[in-house]
Parts: sequence; C-alpha cells; structure tokens
Amino acid sequence: MDAFLLELGVILLLLALLANFAGRLGLSAIPLFLLVGLLLGEGGVHELGASEEFISAAGELGVLLLLLLLGLEFSAAEFTASMRRHAPSGVVDLALNAPVGFVAGLLLGYDWQACLALAGVTWISSSGIVARLLSDLRRTGFRETPSVLSVLVLEDIAMAVFLPLLVVVLSGGTVLAAVLAVGAALGVVLVVLLASRHLGHHLGRVLGHDDDEQVLLRVLGLMLVVAGLTYLVDASAAVGAFLVGLAIPTGTAERARDVLRPLRDLFAALFFLSFGLETSPAELTPFLPAALALAVVSAFTKIGTGVYAARRDGVGPRGRVRAGAALAARGEFSIVIAELAVSAGYSEIGPLASAYVVMLGILGPLLARYADTLSRPWTPSVASASTGSGG
Amino acid sequence: MDVTEILLPGVGVRYEFQTVSGARVGVVAKRDGEFDFVRYERHDPDAAETLLTLTRDEADTLAEILGAPRIVERFADLTREIPGLVSSTIDLPVGSRFDGKALGETRCRTLTGASIVAVVRGDHVIASPVPDEVLHGGDSLVVVGTTSGIEGVRHILLK
Repeated sequence: MDAFLLELGVILLLLALLANFAGRLGLSAIPLFLLVGLLLGEGGVHELGASEEFISAAGELGVLLLLLLLGLEFSAAEFTASMRRHAPSGVVDLALNAPVGFVAGLLLGYDWQACLALAGVTWISSSGIVARLLSDLRRTGFRETPSVLSVLVLEDIAMAVFLPLLVVVLSGGTVLAAVLAVGAALGVVLVVLLASRHLGHHLGRVLGHDDDEQVLLRVLGLMLVVAGLTYLVDASAAVGAFLVGLAIPTGTAERARDVLRPLRDLFAALFFLSFGLETSPAELTPFLPAALALAVVSAFTKIGTGVYAARRDGVGPRGRVRAGAALAARGEFSIVIAELAVSAGYSEIGPLASAYVVMLGILGPLLARYADTLSRPWTPSVASASTGSGG
Repeated sequence: MDVTEILLPGVGVRYEFQTVSGARVGVVAKRDGEFDFVRYERHDPDAAETLLTLTRDEADTLAEILGAPRIVERFADLTREIPGLVSSTIDLPVGSRFDGKALGETRCRTLTGASIVAVVRGDHVIASPVPDEVLHGGDSLVVVGTTSGIEGVRHILLK
C-alpha cells in the first residue's frame, strides 16, 4: 500500500511538472504524458509496481470522461451551423487525412482492419490541443478561427459514427455488420438528440441538483451504467459515454462540465500515461521512421484541410495557412482510436500511434505558433493591396 | 451601425464592427463568461490583436458605464426566453403628473400587470426600483410585461 501511494504520488507530481513545463513552452502536455508512459513500465527506466493496475483502470475511466465531456460540449445549434457552412470542409478533411493512415497501414503490410484504425488516428485532430492553442495564442478573434472550430465540431460528431464502425470491424464483424452498426449508431445519435430536445428537461431535473456532489455522482453514475451496457452489447463503451454527454440538456451540461472537468483532466492524464506504459522504448524504435513519415505527410494534409476550410470563409492566404497549421495537432482521440485497435489484438498500432502522437502533439502546436513565419515567403502581405478597402 | 455576429463553435460568439475612424473591432463573448476585445490588424485583416480580456463582472461593469441601453438589451434577452414577454422603455416627460411622485403612485403594476424594472436617470441606472422611488421628468423607465400591459403603462404615464 505504501509503495502504491508513493509511486502514484511521484508520478502525479512528475506529470504536474511536465504539464507546467509544456505550458510555459506553449506546448500540449499530452505528448509528454505519453513519453513518460513510454519511458516507464516494462523495459523502461523504471518498472512500475503497485500503481500500474490502478493507472490502467483509471485510464479506462479517462477515455469515458474524454468522450463524455466531448458530448457535453456539443451543441445542436453549433453543429447545424457548422454543417451548413462547412459540410464540404468536413468531407475534404476526411478525404485528405484518413487515406494517409490507411495507405500507410497497407504499405506496412497490416490487415485492413488495422489500416482502418490508422485512418482514424490520422484523420481526427485533437480538439483539446487545438482549442487550447487558439486561446493561448489569442486567436479567438481571428477570421479563420470559425472554420477551424467548425472542422473540429464535424470531426467530433463523426467520431460517434466512426467508433462503432471501427469496433465492429476490429472484432471481426462482416462489412454488413459494420454498415448496420453505423446505421444503428446514427439512429441512436438522432434519437438521443431528439429525445434530449423534447424530454431533456426531465433528464435535466433528474441529474441537476444544487449540490456539486450530487451532479458529479449522478452524471458519472449514469455514464458508467450506459457505457457498461453499450460494452455488453459489443459496442464501444466510449460511444455510450459520448451519447450520455449528448443527451444531457444544455443547462445541466454546463454545470456537469464545470464539475467534471478536473476529473477528466486527472483521468485523461492517466489514460495517456497508461497507453504509453503498454509500449516499451525498445518496441518503439522500429516504428520511428514510419511514424515520422506519417506525421510529416499528415501534417501537410491537415494544412490542406485548413486552407480549404478557411478559403470557404473568405480568409486571406496567411490566415488559411494558420488555420491548417492549427489543425495539425493530433492527440487524445488518435490515442482513443489506437487503444481500441490495441485491445482488439492489433498491438502493432500501439507503438506507431504513440510515436505519431508524440511527434504531432509537439510539432502541431509549433506549426500553429510559427505559421505566419513559415508562410511569409509564399504569401504576399496584404498591406499594400488592401489599405482602406475596409473589409 | 452594422454588427456582424459569428458563431465560434465551442468557444462562444464573436461580434464585429467598424468604427467611424476606420478601425475594425471585435468582441468575443466566450462561453465561460469572459470577453475578449480585439482589433483587426491592417497588414493582415484576418489577424487580430487582443486588446484586453474582461471577466464576466468586469464586462458587466463596463456595460453599465457604457450606458443604459445595455439594460434594455439584457431585458430583451430575458424576454426572448419567455414567449409573450416583451420589454420597452418609456420616457417620462418633464411636467408629467408623475414628475416628482413616487413610483408606487403610478399603480402601474396593479392596473396593467407590467413592471417597471429599472429607472435610467442620466448616466445612472436604478435597477429594480422600490415603490418609494421618486420619479423625475426625463427619466427613462424600463418596463417588462405583455404588449398590452406595456401599452397600458404608456397610457398611464403619458396621459
């Protein structure tokens, strides 16, 4: 017991130190947490004893909380607005970024199921990293920001369809079963959204309470029950958690977000750590060249996505590059997808995705920060062209 | 003045307008209640410099300083949420029969059901005035109620 407390305490302090360090450099902490996981554990600098089991259980909760909060942050109004304006950007996002992972998987000689997981890994940007970046770099007022955020919203809802599909495919289901799963997932999402619109206030009354403790326990309990049930019917528990987040009406969702955010931060950190723990440094090395190539190519395809989306909003050349660079970071959801593949037995995805997210989790924020400097040689300054045009 | 409203999914709403002097200004109202004030740069009209960030309280105070119209707007928000409820301002003329009388003497709420929720006097706002509050000619009264109730109040005050 003493060893457990000591080990966990030291790990949390280490994570705090790293998160602080990352924050000062304007980087995300996610790649650093992964790195700690990679360096610790079997074959690493220090083998964890008592706390490893706890960290892995906490990591499972971390995935659920990541998806729950994603659902809680969803707003139907924002989704329809994004859909109306940026549906083509969402399609371009999928068409540019998912094939990168899929083709890389084929080149590496993986099964098509593993390739599909890799497609998800390269497709989904990290909304956590990107949202944080935009606020840290004080870009909420920038003209390209709505297009960046719209792409993220569309990706988030696409996850609700992609995750069930992936789970069926990974568990060896037929194409028909996969199509049915997607249909069912879409149906459930629609039912949940409609139900939350018409019956949401009942759910709000049941879950809402003046007491933070009550909100915390009720929402968390409901999430775990639903996640457990969806797991029993062979769907992804993460999708269950996401649906709970979607179903909770706006007022209660706001409370729940505030109450659950610290919990999410803690458990998500342990999730990244536990994902890294599954891979030893020695296992990682052979995957480095492939991960690097994947990171470089998919950074460019994301920049392409951002350029396209921002151009739809009439943003100038520099803003377009900024939009693309802001989207380049991959993080929590790439790891969630990779974890699904690993737990289905495609263990080769683990080290590849770890290395990939470490690279883009560090490179992405750097690209976003220096986008203007990088694009300057190619993009004309608009000062001379548009003085006095007044927008 | 033209104010463009742009939804920022997950962040909030951005309002944008151009000042007479030619500066392009934006206000980002974030979900967490904070406000960013930004100015668009001339060399890159898509980029913006954040001038300052205000907390919810600071923004409320600033709004009060900037003037009473904001109060009406806030009641307008409220009335949007409750169907049938509207708000309006009625200016009490100088020399009106209620000039110098207490608010309670108008018996507005008793007679019409509509409430006077604020009195705007110059650059000063009396929110939620008590019935003893003495009215002066030139006061702007913010009234919330049904359309017919507000008409009733207008009738009483301007008769």
